[in-house]
Amino acid sequence: MINLELPKKMLMVQQMSHQLASNVFRPISRNYDRIEHCDTPEELRPVAQMLAAVRPSQNKDKDKDKEQGAGDGIRNGANLTGIVGVEEMCWGDVGLMLSIPGAGLGNAAVMAVGTPEQKEKFGKLYCAMAITEPGAGSDSAAVSTSARLDGNEWVLNGEKIYCTAGQRCDAVVVWATLDKSKGKAAIKSFIVPRDNPGMALVRVEDKMGLRISDTAALSLNDCRIPKENILGSAEVADTEEARKKAFGGVMQTFDNTRPQVAAMALGVARAALEITREILLKEGVKADFSKSLNNSTAIEAELYRMEADLDAARLMTYKAAWMADNRQPNSKEASMCKAKAGRVGNAITLKCVELCGELGYSEQFLLEKLARDSKIIDIFEGTQQIQQLIVARQLLGLSSRELK
Amino acid sequence: MSQDMPFDLSLTEEQRMTRESLQRFAEKQIRPIARAADEAGVAPAGFYDSTVELGLTLLPIPEIHGGAGMPRDPMANVLAVEDLGHGDISLALGALAPLGVINALLDFASAEQQEAFLPRLAAEQFVPAALALMEGRATFEPSELTTKAVADGDGYVISGEKRLVPFGADAELLLVIADLQGSGPAAFVVEKGAAGVSAQAADYMGLRALETFTVSFDQVRVPALNRLENLDLERLVDLSRLGVAALAVGCCQAVLDFSIPYVNERKAFGEPIAWRQSVAFMVANIGIELEAMRLLVWRAASRARDGLPFHREAYLARVLCADKAMEIGTNGIQLFGGAGFIRDYPLEMWYRNLRAVGVLEGSLMV
Repeated sequence: MINLELPKKMLMVQQMSHQLASNVFRPISRNYDRIEHCDTPEELRPVAQMLAAVRPSQNKDKDKDKEQGAGDGIRNGANLTGIVGVEEMCWGDVGLMLSIPGAGLGNAAVMAVGTPEQKEKFGKLYCAMAITEPGAGSDSAAVSTSARLDGNEWVLNGEKIYCTAGQRCDAVVVWATLDKSKGKAAIKSFIVPRDNPGMALVRVEDKMGLRISDTAALSLNDCRIPKENILGSAEVADTEEARKKAFGGVMQTFDNTRPQVAAMALGVARAALEITREILLKEGVKADFSKSLNNSTAIEAELYRMEADLDAARLMTYKAAWMADNRQPNSKEASMCKAKAGRVGNAITLKCVELCGELGYSEQFLLEKLARDSKIIDIFEGTQQIQQLIVARQLLGLSSRELK
Repeated sequence: MSQDMPFDLSLTEEQRMTRESLQRFAEKQIRPIARAADEAGVAPAGFYDSTVELGLTLLPIPEIHGGAGMPRDPMANVLAVEDLGHGDISLALGALAPLGVINALLDFASAEQQEAFLPRLAAEQFVPAALALMEGRATFEPSELTTKAVADGDGYVISGEKRLVPFGADAELLLVIADLQGSGPAAFVVEKGAAGVSAQAADYMGLRALETFTVSFDQVRVPALNRLENLDLERLVDLSRLGVAALAVGCCQAVLDFSIPYVNERKAFGEPIAWRQSVAFMVANIGIELEAMRLLVWRAASRARDGLPFHREAYLARVLCADKAMEIGTNGIQLFGGAGFIRDYPLEMWYRNLRAVGVLEGSLMV
């Protein structure tokens, strides 16, 4: 039955995450934005321990899903829980959330496609994900880092950039190709311990926002890892169809992670909007929904429009996660929510800077930082334009060859 | 009030079946006649009677008053409105105007008043009835009305002017919202033929298939029974905004559905225009914003169904839907190029109709 309110269990997750964001992240948010480059902030270590304790293992999670299947068999499971938690934590600080040890994108990949042995061995480590290269960004099929089997070892060579947590992590899930001439189907991912000989930190980037999160460039020079460190099958599909399917499997990970990134945008934008409302309230701007839009002031109308966009983006994000929890294909909805949340996140945070005048621009408040932090969320995990491309292909029934 | 239900967007089996039949009706019975009705400025004879078979008006009326006695359900209504709006906003608005009066009676009338008025709307043929709230002011605010009512002996006397009223003086019942002696808005049932009521046909940019009138009330006397005892104007306005927003969702879905085959077939520079990002992204953004509109409307409507406060949610749905209806309407025309501007195609008509989304108040209470 149609119901767009969260059940009590989710409200509890929300409340707990909010306390964490409010008590741990907010007080140190500005300071770590200034520090920018450092090791994992000490304040995050207990957070990591706490999250590890409540994070269910794969099997338990399945049971939990069943147990939560109240009503007509509809589940509100791990995906929705993740969304709710991520929004709250990012309301506190998105950079700090991304710096929590053990919650990297690589962890998601290991848990999604790893063997039981791999999950056991790497699941508890802090795993980053390295896809982007100087010559391959949105077109992740153009990866040119190579992997060659030599006896019982894979030998990796190449350069990776924009690797979130690449400095502080314990291991990196590296995308590499077994044979560039075979295109997408030959792209595989490999788990490389961070201190593995042959892998080196080239630099940590200086960024506009998201400063406390380390964004690393890594080089792989004859980097040798055990044969069993490949994620998924080592076979390269030989038919066109099988190739599509193989790469499709890789891309499916994004259907689960894009809503999570959308939730980051929601948290950051909501923080900006709340701070803006507090500041404006002191000037007597209420925007309490008591007058029609036509009879509201320009500032009130801006606030209403931002809230409408933000709430809509949130519901779209919930929907994409809800579909994933209920095993419905959600590729279109995952991209829709990422596109909507990404762009309204940018628009809202910047508009808040504008509406608060000097206070918005000043480092006295977090508004200018939130606007800087927000920008990347409309870029990573698929840019605004990539999301629109995916949505358009789905709606129009076009292939990537037809709609480039 | 709120049970601990999971977040869920799936329809019940009953909703699925209802939607199927309403969608079929919209496709077969509404869409094909919409353009001619727009040009004629009136629905073809027999059209409104054919909508009665859908049961929308009869469903919520209690059995003792001649209906089916189904529970009041704004969420179910929103789905129905969306589906009919996919056919045509103007004709859907006309077909559903009586439901607005029925819902207002169910929500705001005493048992005695329901007994007096509901049976008249529970007929087998279409009974025109409408809410009359809007007035002709740029700064119109539903709670600040210039139409006045004063208590007079055993009744009330109403004076003023209401605008954009469907059916006008032909309506069997008009539910007129007027300021009661400066004490705020009150709702009065004005019956057909009441002395002092006159209606002047009024044409608009859109909604042309709907017969709309400016209705004047010159010292119109109604009995005390006709003043609804429990009017909650905010609820009326909010549920009406949701109804209109749901019409917008339906029509914007129509824009998307109609555009997709066109941009896939229309060729320029030797290939379908859909293969160009500037066209494809416009389609994608229609899809994205349509989803945003729909979910805001559904959230507010499901809260209303469950008895939760929904004023803020309805307000936000209205704000977003009014903005995006304009954006999607104009982009629909743009996708069709010159053809979008030609009256052979429905795009320009949809755009003119969508313009009403940010204007209408108290037109379609779900």
